[in-house]
Amino acid sequence: MFPLGFFPYIIGGIIIGVGVSLIFIATGLHATQSSFLDATISFFSKRPYFLQKQFIDSRGWRITFALGVILGAFIYTITLAAEGFFTTSVEWWRLAIGGLLVGFGTRLSKGCTSGHGISGLASLSTTSLFAVITFITVGILTALVIQILGVMP
Amino acid sequence: MNLRRIFVFAGGILFGFGLAFGGMAKQEIVLSFLQLEDLGLLLLLGGSALVTALTINIVPKILKKPILGGEFKKRTRTLNKRTIIGAIIFGVGWGISGLCPGSAIASLGVGNLPVLIGIAGMFIGAYIMGRYFT
Repeated sequence: MFPLGFFPYIIGGIIIGVGVSLIFIATGLHATQSSFLDATISFFSKRPYFLQKQFIDSRGWRITFALGVILGAFIYTITLAAEGFFTTSVEWWRLAIGGLLVGFGTRLSKGCTSGHGISGLASLSTTSLFAVITFITVGILTALVIQILGVMP
Repeated sequence: MNLRRIFVFAGGILFGFGLAFGGMAKQEIVLSFLQLEDLGLLLLLGGSALVTALTINIVPKILKKPILGGEFKKRTRTLNKRTIIGAIIFGVGWGISGLCPGSAIASLGVGNLPVLIGIAGMFIGAYIMGRYFT
């Protein structure tokens, strides 16, 4: 069930929660991830959907937040990561097709693992609870089918 | 850079550090959860949601407004077909790739550059959603 132990997951989760909390206490913002996609597209697209106030108003801090996330992962890698930098061996076509569906699905659903998962559940939102149960169930079924088909890792 | 941005940046650093510490910048570890070999992702999700829940449900009762001004707003989402269909499509993509938006961004910080292909896919997917399905 837990071949790598509990420690990295629990501590990692708490650090993430502290990060989200820090931003909330200081600014009142809900620091979530997938809106970053729409907010960034609002710089380039003239389509009315992307020019909504919520995206224009948030795109500055959302990009700042994403840059922080990259730096935080980098700091972990150069300080604590025993194995140093890491490159996935998941095939490029899985990243491409998976990424496309993740971008489409999270924006249709208005939330991802952090939006529905962390901030949504923390807000005691039943909408987010249904979303989380759905994407975890479908994610498990999909990954098992891929595994049975013999695609590795 | 104003003070609000500095706090957002600092919170982002913690977020990315925690994701990498918990192994989420490795798609193999995310997939090992989705293949039911290592359930640790649930601990990470539960831990982060619990800490966040304590903050956003208790702090607004103590402080009238955020330290740097503004107001404490609830994150509201209404349940409809799009919420669930979107979550299904996201789940399929997650199960194929082991990618979600936050962990993909954190992956760049651990030097996991093939994930750029996935991030490009996410932007295209988000664009298609906003362009043709709204």
